[in-house]
Amino acid sequence: MLNTYLELIRIRFLMMLAYRVNYYSGMIIYSLNIGVYYFLWMAIYGENSTVNGTTAVQMATYVAVAWMSRAFYFNNLDREIAEEIRDGTVAVQLIRPYHYLLVKCFQGLGEGLFRLLLFSVPGLVIVSLVFPIHLPTDAGRWLGFVISLIFAFVINSQINVLTGLMAFFILNNTGLIRAKRVLVDLLSGLIIPIHFFPEWAGRVLSYLPFQGISYVPSTILSRGLPMEELFRYLGIQLLWGILLWIPIQLLWMTARRRLIVQGG
Amino acid sequence: MFHVKLFFHYFMQYLKIRMAYRSDFLVQLATDLLFQAVNLVFILVVFSHTTELSGWTREEVIFIYGYFLVPFSFFSAFFNLWDFNERYIIKGELDRVLTRPAHSLYQVILETMTPESLTGAVTGFMVMGWAVKEMEVDFSWYDPFLFILFVAGGAAIYAGIYILLTSISLYSDSKTDIQPIMYNVGNYGRYPINVYNRVIQLVLTWVIPFAFVGFYPASFLLDKERWMTFALLTPLVGAVWLMLGVAVWNRGIRNYRGAGN
Repeated sequence: MLNTYLELIRIRFLMMLAYRVNYYSGMIIYSLNIGVYYFLWMAIYGENSTVNGTTAVQMATYVAVAWMSRAFYFNNLDREIAEEIRDGTVAVQLIRPYHYLLVKCFQGLGEGLFRLLLFSVPGLVIVSLVFPIHLPTDAGRWLGFVISLIFAFVINSQINVLTGLMAFFILNNTGLIRAKRVLVDLLSGLIIPIHFFPEWAGRVLSYLPFQGISYVPSTILSRGLPMEELFRYLGIQLLWGILLWIPIQLLWMTARRRLIVQGG
Repeated sequence: MFHVKLFFHYFMQYLKIRMAYRSDFLVQLATDLLFQAVNLVFILVVFSHTTELSGWTREEVIFIYGYFLVPFSFFSAFFNLWDFNERYIIKGELDRVLTRPAHSLYQVILETMTPESLTGAVTGFMVMGWAVKEMEVDFSWYDPFLFILFVAGGAAIYAGIYILLTSISLYSDSKTDIQPIMYNVGNYGRYPINVYNRVIQLVLTWVIPFAFVGFYPASFLLDKERWMTFALLTPLVGAVWLMLGVAVWNRGIRNYRGAGN
């Protein structure tokens, strides 16, 4: 059974390799985004070396790591699921002997791994040459980062699956998908690290799953956290990873019962 | 006159489509607002940690962003050329357009327009209004006229650049991803340009002139001393880019062979 899913990763990986043009343009777009936020944050720092307990170098590292991580955890599962629901191909998927949502997630993982290996890793090396960023050298922090990055992928995919499944209930959910993307970029700490938000907003965000998508992995690598903090954050991510399965299962069960293929 | 009437007919047709799916329409408005709000939140959060951004106060940066939304809304209402390659070249819709007696680009624009994006301009005015209320700005009698000229220039820059990029599809039917790249470059124009390093400033001014869309004119409206020459160049730069875009388009149309048989 596991072999089936591993094969899915491989196929998606090869598919991405076949459409390399998308990959080059993605690389440029990510560099542009790193650039604009790098310069904006450096302008905010101005003469100060520390703002809000974060040094300029840490901030630059945060921006670079956050965007490079996004290349890994980002996927279009929401759009893919919604499209398959709308054009009815989901009906075919449902009679196949695998778990449809898991298949989707593993395809997303194949895509993420492709971008991680061919984009994030070389990208981070290039960025560290161009911009004054500082990456840690001790293995412990990298290990923590890798684990939290995997959780980030899980949580982000779960939120995407939830958004995509809404297409069973709202026939046209492109608006919802777009809104979700914008909100996730803001609330996950990609654009603004969460501890820069006003206190009340930070407290609200600490009760939401989004922090696990970008803030946690990027913080681990850029600022470094004491061991117990690190475990606490990984625990929060794990908790959300488990909790989010509940609404997905509920939605999935109700959705399958009321599936109407349009024009079918 | 013919073209004006055509616009009116297309517009009525579009309204009918939109009214058939009213909830979609509302969702679209809501997500547009959300998108604009997120950028404002960024500016507000940033200024809770600093009093100035390379010499610009919070209200000034917000004014520049509000101003940017106005030309940008014209661009997003009338230049949705994102899937031009897919829809007009690969599916062959352009052949239909070419058999009709109105300018091809004009038809494509009418067929892909989303006039509801103009609500972005309303948001822009509200944002600018708030910023002006918080500052003391002396507006002259000629500022409204300059404003219209600047907005037209800014929208023309965006239009020219995107028409140019879309025209690439007329020469080669393979897909390019330059448009989304350019879209991200455009985001640089929302903030004061002296935030960036010199190379980027030069590029944004002379190569891909997005600084003329938001920053130069907006800062001139705030303070006549600053960036005056650049701001006054805005309509000219817009005219040059628009003409360039249309010229490349026209040449491309003459060159166009169709993707199928």
